[in-house]
Amino acid sequence: MSKRYLMKGNEAVAEAAVMAGCRHFFGYPITPQTEINAYMSKRMPQVGGIYLQAESEIAAINMTLGASATGARAMTSSSSPGIALKTEGISYMCGCDLPCVIVNIQRGGPGLGGIQPSQADYYLATRAPGHGDLRMLVFAPATVQEMFDTVFTAFDAAELYRMPAMLLADGLLGQMMEPVTPPALPPAPREKLWALGAGAPKRKTISSLYLKPEELEEVIRLRFARYSEAETRLSACEEYLAEDARVLLVAYGATSRIARAAVTAAREKGHKAGLFRPKTLWPFPKEQLRAAAAKAGKVLVVEMSMGQMVSDVRLAVGDTAAVGFFGRTGGVVPLPEELLERVEALI
Amino acid sequence: MSDFSLIIAGFGGQGVLFAGKAAAYCALLEGKEVSWLPSYGPEMRGGTANCGVCISDTPIGSPLVTRPHALIAMNGPSLQKFLPLVMPGGLALADSSIIKQMPESPRARLVPVPASDTVSREGLGGVANMLLLGKLLRETGFSVMDTMREALAECVPPRKKDMLEKNIRAVELGFALDG
Repeated sequence: MSKRYLMKGNEAVAEAAVMAGCRHFFGYPITPQTEINAYMSKRMPQVGGIYLQAESEIAAINMTLGASATGARAMTSSSSPGIALKTEGISYMCGCDLPCVIVNIQRGGPGLGGIQPSQADYYLATRAPGHGDLRMLVFAPATVQEMFDTVFTAFDAAELYRMPAMLLADGLLGQMMEPVTPPALPPAPREKLWALGAGAPKRKTISSLYLKPEELEEVIRLRFARYSEAETRLSACEEYLAEDARVLLVAYGATSRIARAAVTAAREKGHKAGLFRPKTLWPFPKEQLRAAAAKAGKVLVVEMSMGQMVSDVRLAVGDTAAVGFFGRTGGVVPLPEELLERVEALI
Repeated sequence: MSDFSLIIAGFGGQGVLFAGKAAAYCALLEGKEVSWLPSYGPEMRGGTANCGVCISDTPIGSPLVTRPHALIAMNGPSLQKFLPLVMPGGLALADSSIIKQMPESPRARLVPVPASDTVSREGLGGVANMLLLGKLLRETGFSVMDTMREALAECVPPRKKDMLEKNIRAVELGFALDG
């Protein structure tokens, strides 16, 4: 067995980025993701990289843009209110077709909200990570090991499709420790002939400004063709006891762990419950969910929000299953026991 | 032992998060699945701090510890809050040097341990957390002493060698306590 390390989710994300060859990290502290900054401030100098604590979240995302434009693997991280500030930079990166990885360790909102775990940035991440016609890749790990692995996947996909990728987790996943076995080798960075200083010509313009509408439309259409390819290829999910389930719970991230415990408890009582866990939120694994939901007939979406994923689930499921919702919000983490009650009520 | 869950709770600064980390490292070294979940935020500032540890042979679902097999309580409010959650037949260790009034415990076995006084007497002030962890190790067998020594060596930075020895001595002291 290769060596296992006990790491916080936040530390796993940071070490994975270092292992993936990221040498440019721009951050700003905010609970519950500050460990990422703390880790990077120690680790980056050891590997000849740059850790820079910017003057604000907006500065940090724009520094990420600058580093990415030169072809470097760059990362920034924050938590909900800080991510909101980054939306301008995210939109500019989409408009410049620049890859990067953005980590959002979600906390309660709106406004400053609270500091406890939340999933209330689902819409922000999947619908409007910035202004304009754009998309962002959104990955939703559920264990500390996955926090580690997903960083590799996110950097690679961001470079392949030339777009920002968000690792969407929450305070629970960021703060908890679990064993991590680092994967052997991260995928090598993609060739970036578009980058400043790379390929020919060495002098290029990377900009999101197109004053001729037809030209901008053309650029956006080309970009959406890439999005469409990402949509076909990247969606991922995991099923747990879903095959013969009569009630299918749909949950991502930390909430999926609690849903999994509720499913196990329901099965022990003889109730056929199952779990469908999206591992990507954009693209959303619609086909896979539709198939699983049609078999079960009843779906219960569980989130740490007022039900932001429900619309995606409804779009995927159509009229093949009834869709219900249970959520806690504001930083309250649902308990397996209260979920079990909901499942029993549905059976 | 297939599944074991533990809550360690007390004031911020008593080392409750560290004690939980040591327990989690034992499981890591034994090749088991383990999760460690801390309270974070305002609870840390002078108020109560706690962490929940789950140890299992199979992947851990919910890392929330809602029905612990064992509790280490290092102050009154923590004992009051978490004792009712301990599984029937479970174990609660309470630092009786700090908690003067022991509540009734109809379901869990509540063992008062004069942890803070004992470590002070032995010149090991500040590591009552480790004494209690040693006592827990003996009472529950969630790991073994050799693994615990190794775990502590992983948790304590090499530059704090004296702290490592202090921690190990406190665990051994707790392990040897009768009653």
